[in-house]
Amino acid sequence: MTTDISASKIDGIKKSVYTALWFMFLTFPIMVIKVNTIDNIIIWRWENMFFIGAGSFILSFIWRYMISKNEMKSEDSTGILQTFSEKITSEKKIYIPIIIAAAVFVIAFPFIFSMYNTNIMITALIYVMLGLGLNIVVGISGHLFLGYAAFYAAGAYTYALLNHHFDISFWFALPIGAAIGAVIGILLGFPVLRLKGDYLAIVTLGFGEIVRLILENWNDFSFGPSGIANIPRPPLFNLKLSLSEAIVYLYFIMVVLCIFTVFIIRRLEDSRIGRALVALREDETACQAMGIDKTKIKLTAFALGTTWAGMGGVLFAAKTTFVNPSSFTIWESIMVLCIVVLGGMGSIVGVIIGAMILILLPEYLRAFSEYRMIIFGIVLVLMMIFRPGGIVTSVRKNYKFELESK
Amino acid sequence: MKPSKEKILEVKKLTMDFGGLRAIDSFDLDICDKEIVALIGPNGAGKTTFFNCITGIYKPASGDIVINKNGKKERINGVRPNLITEKGFARTFQNIRLFGNMTVLENVMIGRHCRSKSSVAGAILRNKASIQEEKDIVNFSYNILKKIGLQNSVNELANNLPYGDQRRLEIARALATEPFLLLLDEPAAGMNPNETAELADLIKRIRDEEGISILLIEHDMKLVMKLSELIFVVDYGKKIAQGTPEEIKVNPNVIKAYLGEETNA
Amino acid sequence: MDYFLELFLGGLTRGSIYALIALGYTMVYGIIQLINFAHGEIYMIGAFTALIAASVLTFAGLNQLAIIVIAALAAIIYSAAYGYTIEKIAYKPLRNAPRLSVLISAIGMSLFLQNYVLLAQTSNFLPFPELIPEFEFLKPYSHIIRPSELFICITTAVIMLLLTFLIKFTKIGKAMRAAAQDKTMAMLLGIDVNLVISVTFIVGSATAAIGGVLIASHIGQINFYMGFIAGIKAFVAAVLGGIGSIPGAVLGSLILGWTESFFTGYISSDYEDAFAFLFLVLILIFRPSGILGKKEY
Ligand SMILES: Nc1ncnc2c1ncn2[C@@H]1O[C@H](COP(=O)(O)OP(=O)(O)OP(=O)(O)O)[C@@H](O)[C@H]1O
Ligand SMILES: [Mg+2]
Repeated sequence: MTTDISASKIDGIKKSVYTALWFMFLTFPIMVIKVNTIDNIIIWRWENMFFIGAGSFILSFIWRYMISKNEMKSEDSTGILQTFSEKITSEKKIYIPIIIAAAVFVIAFPFIFSMYNTNIMITALIYVMLGLGLNIVVGISGHLFLGYAAFYAAGAYTYALLNHHFDISFWFALPIGAAIGAVIGILLGFPVLRLKGDYLAIVTLGFGEIVRLILENWNDFSFGPSGIANIPRPPLFNLKLSLSEAIVYLYFIMVVLCIFTVFIIRRLEDSRIGRALVALREDETACQAMGIDKTKIKLTAFALGTTWAGMGGVLFAAKTTFVNPSSFTIWESIMVLCIVVLGGMGSIVGVIIGAMILILLPEYLRAFSEYRMIIFGIVLVLMMIFRPGGIVTSVRKNYKFELESK
Repeated sequence: MKPSKEKILEVKKLTMDFGGLRAIDSFDLDICDKEIVALIGPNGAGKTTFFNCITGIYKPASGDIVINKNGKKERINGVRPNLITEKGFARTFQNIRLFGNMTVLENVMIGRHCRSKSSVAGAILRNKASIQEEKDIVNFSYNILKKIGLQNSVNELANNLPYGDQRRLEIARALATEPFLLLLDEPAAGMNPNETAELADLIKRIRDEEGISILLIEHDMKLVMKLSELIFVVDYGKKIAQGTPEEIKVNPNVIKAYLGEETNA
Repeated sequence: MDYFLELFLGGLTRGSIYALIALGYTMVYGIIQLINFAHGEIYMIGAFTALIAASVLTFAGLNQLAIIVIAALAAIIYSAAYGYTIEKIAYKPLRNAPRLSVLISAIGMSLFLQNYVLLAQTSNFLPFPELIPEFEFLKPYSHIIRPSELFICITTAVIMLLLTFLIKFTKIGKAMRAAAQDKTMAMLLGIDVNLVISVTFIVGSATAAIGGVLIASHIGQINFYMGFIAGIKAFVAAVLGGIGSIPGAVLGSLILGWTESFFTGYISSDYEDAFAFLFLVLILIFRPSGILGKKEY
């Protein structure tokens, strides 16, 4: 018995040693050697090899353990966070005080913290909105969209250009931006209707790049790479707001709009349309066989998702007072995707948490912000393998029914 | 045969090709009102393909599929699947295609989609009409589940149901679209004898109580012989026989097709 | 006429490089129906490995030929090793997961590899040594074709022939085709499907590495981002030709290469990168199975 255990232990150590050696070999040229082509010298960084070796030795144990756990897992393994969040949402005694505390915190936030922090929070809230929007397309209806930034850009440029040429104010631009987001979503939807998931990903990615290229090159229309500056912040009646007041005001606009977004999406989810979206994700053919018009419901999903990007874009332009194409690269799209995936595909609370983690953490952990993108990459891979449902897995609703007709 | 009854589906010279393969070859089939008809044949004979043509998943190469509802005839070749369902055909799938991560009740509620109409605006505004419609959907779906005998697992995820229940849920979901013709693709596959007997009961009940005609693909000959009034036999896409169970049992072509299959296997 | 020829040959070169990358996409897609988003990064890693190897060897004072051979070999070996490892980490645990999950994992891997090279090396463009020698006999035509262009086209042709041979006539090639047809059936017939998948990744990555070295040497500079756009364009080329089909990948790549070359040569270079995507949308609308792909029902 004991020899058995020690044998398997030795076996594990052996495996980890091999893994460590393999990764030391694999990362050798890129991690250890650095060519400085200007001074023509080569820098050898042997210490990196040691870190890689030691790191992969330890990680390989964890990896094997997690994989074997993953394979044994049956449907009952919902995880601690899952039961925790379920408890919170199901018991009034717990969730009402939490909601009150959260509300107080949200209202007090801009008065307690500095303008800098409020600004960051506005950004985070914009991403909450974007995440919730993309969640409709990716999480609920199961279409991988990689060009979300294009719709975000459409919203931002809508406000910037309308304001530049016609002096249209923020409050008019907001619904127009949302509508433009929806319209472009539908226009893009038509050609890609027949595409399967992976093609859709590439086409939307391409679409995002085309939009960015147009913004960069079509100077007469978009003012090219130099962008559009001096976009006004949202006005409050005719009052003259100081910079800090304007930011606090924008913060509250953002809070209200996020609550509005959550409200709308919750109602949508819990409706005939919302159910059809989920069914579309689950099985397209069966969906059609059940009488759902695939074309219509897909376009609805796209439009519902891109509306929020359009709106988010207007808000972004109002926040930064400046737009140019470099704010709307593919990385922006991937970032929003990360928010949805990390938080939990299809789960509203999850997306909010995801946005907060991914936007606030790199802001406050400056040292770590250099590693932001590489960590996003790791997060995407690991989440898919170990927790595809995200931090907060979405739960299906339980319906009440009248027991009529015995 | 009984010419007195009204035909609800007429298929004439239906042909379907996959590249060089002729999966269905000039196939004729009629179904009358409130009839249980079976379509049998060896593996790969083209039965599922036939279903897919009728329900609009494939567009046939040639031939006519004519649907006859209240005396109005309509050719439905190449009409989209959702429209065919709306016209009153509903089907189940050989390889179960439930919405796995939705609850049992929600699966049936999806079937109500084409019989309800509240839009995005209705969903957001929650006006009286859409609230009422939602209630009706829930109750209608629940009652179907009760009829099928799945009322104890309404809030379970479809994925977590036992196999036999999943097959029944597929039938429930199809019934929710209020069809007048139900197409079942191997509903008894993977069921034990008990479950199969219950299924036979259920199918009869659906026909007798709801007045829904049924087209059944099945390999379980006992079930087919017990239920169907008319049997079509297909092999290599061609119809090789047609008749009552008694006629089919003794038809030499059928025996040859099945024996031929056995020696192959 | 000379200008036309120059553009034609430029397009051919471009297309050859796309073809070398597109092969990996098509082969992987053929077997596990996955767009390996990280494939472009493999090509980038190939170029980086070659650059690093060549620099070290230049310091060591080796002669030109030895440097070329060793650097190219290092690139091929390392890219293949990366391809193999990526499959084991990011895709294999997801063999039975929904397509969406695998796709997201692939995007994550691509993001990781880009930033890994960015952090471990540099975000700047690095000058890449001219590894390909001058050919005397080409001197009179130097305004039309550069030696590296000729070299790229010939190398690509040779690799295509080798690959066709590998897939048509060797045992592993037959296993690959069987697995692409029907994985379960192949498994029942005793084919080690996991091995086949690994080999596919290794072969695809190796050809991509060759593409990386050739293009880096042709253009003369590399950076961590080079794989992304090239990868996507190669993917488009694979779809254009019919994904899963190897001659299709080559044909699609050449068409894309020529289109880009002529368009930028005669009209404008502003929208060079938009072409691939425009093509993709058009092909997917009018012939989703690609030029040489099989029609799906
Ligand atoms: N999408 C498709 N593409 C190409 N060939 C197909 C396709 N679907 C079916 N086939 C072929 O058509 C023929 C008929 O298949 P079908 O599935 O209709 O048989 P079946 O009678 O339902 O068999 P089973 O009893 O095994 O379900 C088979 O040879 C099959 O390989
Ligand atoms: Mg079948």
